[in-house]
Order: sequence, then C-alpha cells, then structure tokens
Amino acid sequence: MNSAQIIQYCLSGITVGSIYAIVAIGFNIIYNTTGIINFAQGEFLIVGAMMAVSLTKVVPLPVAIGLAVVITTVLGGLVEVVFIRRVRDASVLRLIVITIGVSILIREAMLHIWDEKVRSLPYFTGTDVSTISVMGAHISPQVLWVLGVSAVIVTGLTLFFRFTLIGRAMRACADDRMAARLCGINDRWMVTLSFMLSAGIGAIAGCVISPVTQTQYDMGAPLAIKGFTVAILGGLGNSIAAIAAGLILGLLEVLMMSQFQAAYKEAVSIVVLLLILVFRPSGLFARRDLSSLRAF
Amino acid sequence: MGGRRYIPIIVATLLIVAGQPVLWAIARPYYMTQITMSAYYALVVIGLCLLMGYAGQVSLGHAGFFAIGGYTSAVLTTCNLLARQNEVPITCFRSLGLLVERQDLYGQAMLCFSPWAAFVAALLLTAGIAFLIGLPVIRLKGHYLAMATLGFGLIIYRIVLGAPVFGQADGISNVPPFELFAGLEVNGRPPYRVQNYYIAWAAVLAAMLLAINLVHSRVGRALRSIHQNEEAAHSLGVNTFQYKLSTFVLSAVFAAVGGALLTHYNGSIGPSEVTVMKSVRYVSIVAVGGMANLWGALVMAIALNVLSLRGNFGTYDDAVFGMILIVIMLFAPQGLLRMPNLRWISTWFSRRSYG
Repeated sequence: MNSAQIIQYCLSGITVGSIYAIVAIGFNIIYNTTGIINFAQGEFLIVGAMMAVSLTKVVPLPVAIGLAVVITTVLGGLVEVVFIRRVRDASVLRLIVITIGVSILIREAMLHIWDEKVRSLPYFTGTDVSTISVMGAHISPQVLWVLGVSAVIVTGLTLFFRFTLIGRAMRACADDRMAARLCGINDRWMVTLSFMLSAGIGAIAGCVISPVTQTQYDMGAPLAIKGFTVAILGGLGNSIAAIAAGLILGLLEVLMMSQFQAAYKEAVSIVVLLLILVFRPSGLFARRDLSSLRAF
Repeated sequence: MGGRRYIPIIVATLLIVAGQPVLWAIARPYYMTQITMSAYYALVVIGLCLLMGYAGQVSLGHAGFFAIGGYTSAVLTTCNLLARQNEVPITCFRSLGLLVERQDLYGQAMLCFSPWAAFVAALLLTAGIAFLIGLPVIRLKGHYLAMATLGFGLIIYRIVLGAPVFGQADGISNVPPFELFAGLEVNGRPPYRVQNYYIAWAAVLAAMLLAINLVHSRVGRALRSIHQNEEAAHSLGVNTFQYKLSTFVLSAVFAAVGGALLTHYNGSIGPSEVTVMKSVRYVSIVAVGGMANLWGALVMAIALNVLSLRGNFGTYDDAVFGMILIVIMLFAPQGLLRMPNLRWISTWFSRRSYG
C-alpha cells in the first residue's frame, strides 16, 4: 500500500468515525440527563435525511436541511413528552423496551411514508464525481463537509454546555437532578431539551452523510449500534472521549475493509462492542484526569 | 399446593385436543399449520420468559439462538458427504449410525447426518455457544446486557448472510422431514398436518412442564430472589452468577429446539429468522404476557404469532409489535392479563400456577 492509499483510507475512516462520534454524542446527551439509552437515536439521522430529501423538491437545499433539522428536533421532543415523560421511577428494562418500541414505530412509519427506496441528498458542493486531491489522495468535497460540520457540532455543543444558561442547567441536571431541581431548574424541560438536542444533531449528521452513504428507512439501527459502540468505547456519558473513540472505530473499520471482505465491516463494531463490554465496560479512557471532561 | 399447578396443563391439553375437531368442523384445518408454527415460536418465548421474567435478565439476541438451532440442523441434514465417505471421521460417524443415505429432490444419492444426530448436535452447539457468550455477557446489567445480546444477534445475522455454507440471503431449503420414531415425523406437508399439530403441542407442553417445575423448585425461588434484589440474594448465599448463566443457557436451548423443529417442519430456514426484529418480537410477546407469567406468555405467543402468520397485520406486522411493546410498557408493565379490569383471568391462573 502506498502513502496515497494510506491517506485515502485514513480520511475515509475519519469521515465515518466522525459520524459515529456524533451519534455517540447524541446517546450521551440523553444518557446524562435521564440515565437511559435511547435506542431510537439512529432513527433520528434517517428521519432528518429523508425529510430533507423530500423537502429539496420544494425548497432550495439549505432551507430543506434547516427545516428537516427543525422537524426532527420537534419529533425528538415529542418522543420524550409522549413516551418517556409518563414513565416515572421505571426500571431500566422498561425504558429500554420503550425506546426500542419507539425506534420500531419511527422506522415503520418511515417505511410507509418513504417506501423502501434508497434516496440521497445532492452533493452540497460539486457533483458525485468531483474530487479534491490531498497529498496524492482523492476525496470528495462532501467529506470535507462531513468533517467541517462534525467539528462545528462538537464546538457548538461545547460552547453551549459551558457558557449558556440552559446548557449549564442541563449539566446541573446531569450531575444531580434533585439538587438542580432545588435550584429552580425545571428538570423535566431539560430532559425534553436533551431529546430535542440529540434529535437535532442527529438530523444534521444524517443530512451531511446522505450524499455519501445514501439513505434508506432501515439504516438507523446499524448506525445506532456503531454509535453505541463508540459511546461505550469512550465511556458512557463522556463526549470528548467519544470523538476519539469514533475515530478509532472508523479507522479500524477501514483497516478491516482494506484487508478483508467488505461484508465483515459490520462485524468490526459488534466485536469491538462485545470486547469492550466484557473487558472495560467503563470505557477506554476511564481515568481520573479525563473524568473531569465528562461534563457533557 | 402440590398438584394444583398442573391443572392448567390438563386444561391446556383438553383445549388442544378439542381444538383439532373444532378446526375441522369449521372447515379451517389449514389453521393448524399456523398454530403448529406458532407453537414452535412459543418454545422460544417460554425460554425467554424464564430468563426475563424469572431471572430478570433481558436478551435481545434470542433469534440468534433460534437460528443456531435451525441452521445447524439444516446444514447437517442437507450437506452431502458422499464424496468424502471414505475419510476417517465420516466412516466413524457412519459406523456409529449417525449418517443416513437418502435421495435428494432430483433422485441423486446423498449421505447426510440423520435428523436425530443433527438435532442433538444443534442443541449441544447452542448450549455451548450460549455458555461461552453467557460467561462474560451475563455479568453485565441493564443497557449493557441489552446491547451485548443485541450485538450477539447481529453477529449471527451477519455470519448467516455472509457465509456460503448457510446459503447467504437464500437460506437453506430442502431440509428433510424429521422422523422422531416409527411413523411420527416433523413434516410440513398437508397429510402430516394433524400429527404435527400434536407433535408441536407435545413439545410445548413438555417445555411448560419443565419450566413450571423449575419455577417452583429451589432454582425458581433463587431466580426470583435475584430478580427482586440481586445483592440481597447474593448475600444470602445464592450463587447469582451461576443461576443466571444456567437460565441463559437453558433458554437458549429452548430457542434452539424451536428453531430446529420449525426448520424441519418448514423444510427451510432463511436469514429473516435471525433479524433483530425477530428477537424484539419475542421480547414483546414475553412483555405482553406479563414477564413472569409462563401461561400468559404462551397464550400471547400463540395468539400473536397466528395472527402474524395469517397476515392479519398486513404491512404493519413489525409496527404492531413495536406498538405492543410501547403500550404494554407504558400502561401495563405487569402484562395484559394483570391489568385491573382483566385481573380475574390472572387470579384464576395464578391460584393454580403459583401455588
């Protein structure tokens, strides 16, 4: 393998890895405020992308994406208000099962609204054949979009959680819900907000990858598994570590793909998931110096 | 309370025996085919009910165990060993009587494992895999356990889809009937319909008998104590890990029995049996039956599977099971039969089955 090929593979690994990281951050935001894993996280990406695909027929691409993100955000809030909020002091098992049910309902609804066809958004800049060369490797401009948007999402979330009142209130809820409540924070609204936030960033991620990976109604579950693997790999609730873990998984997948059949690419994340669950369920980076970064 | 717990078994037997002439009388004998298939799925549900309801451990990978059972049976009874009949392991198997010669659809001679040998191998393999997977996985809790078992199910799905020996997307067809003993065989063709109705129900009732006795034994009490408070059970000297692991293996074996028998009955198995949705479906049936309620799970397994197999849910098949999950978990986490206005049914049952 020459250096251009290595760069090619690495860039493609970083691209998918950053998407996994965003899915993982979506898991983490909800996990931190509610302590549950939202199995419907992958569906938010697909809903966002599908919605944008349909809207591009009516409005220009940026508007369509914006609208799709807003609609998905509202959907995320609705999921919380309708399904999660009514269950108080429920067992983890019960909440898991509810979010699995929600993911099935969303998926089946998508099947009936958008049928089984594979769709995709147009490339944001250029076409599917335009390339940019980076040190001898050829990449699609969409890859830069994916990387750029991921960076913006992560930076935006960091700023949001660190400097805005609502962001800090959400962190307070994550730390100690009762104490946050005593300080006058409306913890229920914060939980709804966390669902909206992770649905929203999920929709953005779904839109940016749609030109590259295409979008089909049942692609949410595999994405969710990978996002969960990344979330566990980084340590559940630790979003900074999730980015590192996302890149690790992305590169691992690409490495596997370069050496073995593409069919086994899917198995990588599951094997990693099982290994990490068995040997280090608290994550790769579960050390004290990093636990201070757990805030969002 | 002694024998009272067996009353539902007797009632169920009577209902089953009465069901057959009724189906003939209303000229719907073909319903028996769906009931037979549902009964095999019910075996998975009974096993999962022990694991989820009594031991309190969730599994989103039971379709994987079902598939291991089914695919092992299918592969062993359809592989042709004739070309290698003089190699050492094959001659050994042959002298042990594990192989049979038969003809395939086109009249070609074939040398395969006998269904009994394949069945035993399928169960042993499933138990072995469940043990190896359970060893690390069963120590996990909550989300981690759910995701790990889901991951296990997905790996099996990927293997089935990717490996040529499992027929990839086509699955394996032309699986021969399974002759249990003289004259009785698991066979899906119409002349065998009545006999298979009883074979399937016999398997289900045997599984129920085993499960009920287990639940009322020392093991069952240990499991329930684990479900209620694992730390307390542990401190009282219950070997929680060992109980959870053996329940996991047992429920996997139940699933494998269902998978192997249904494969012989249908004559084929395909990757659609291994999807995550199938595993979720089993979980939703246990949930709607009331988690720790074997009879509820059985009734729901038969009812929902028959409706689903008859196509009554149309294109909303998966959506129905998703909806069931949500509605039951939101409004009746104790199961449909324990909702306030339906409680008389469950008291009727519980007086007998929990005594």
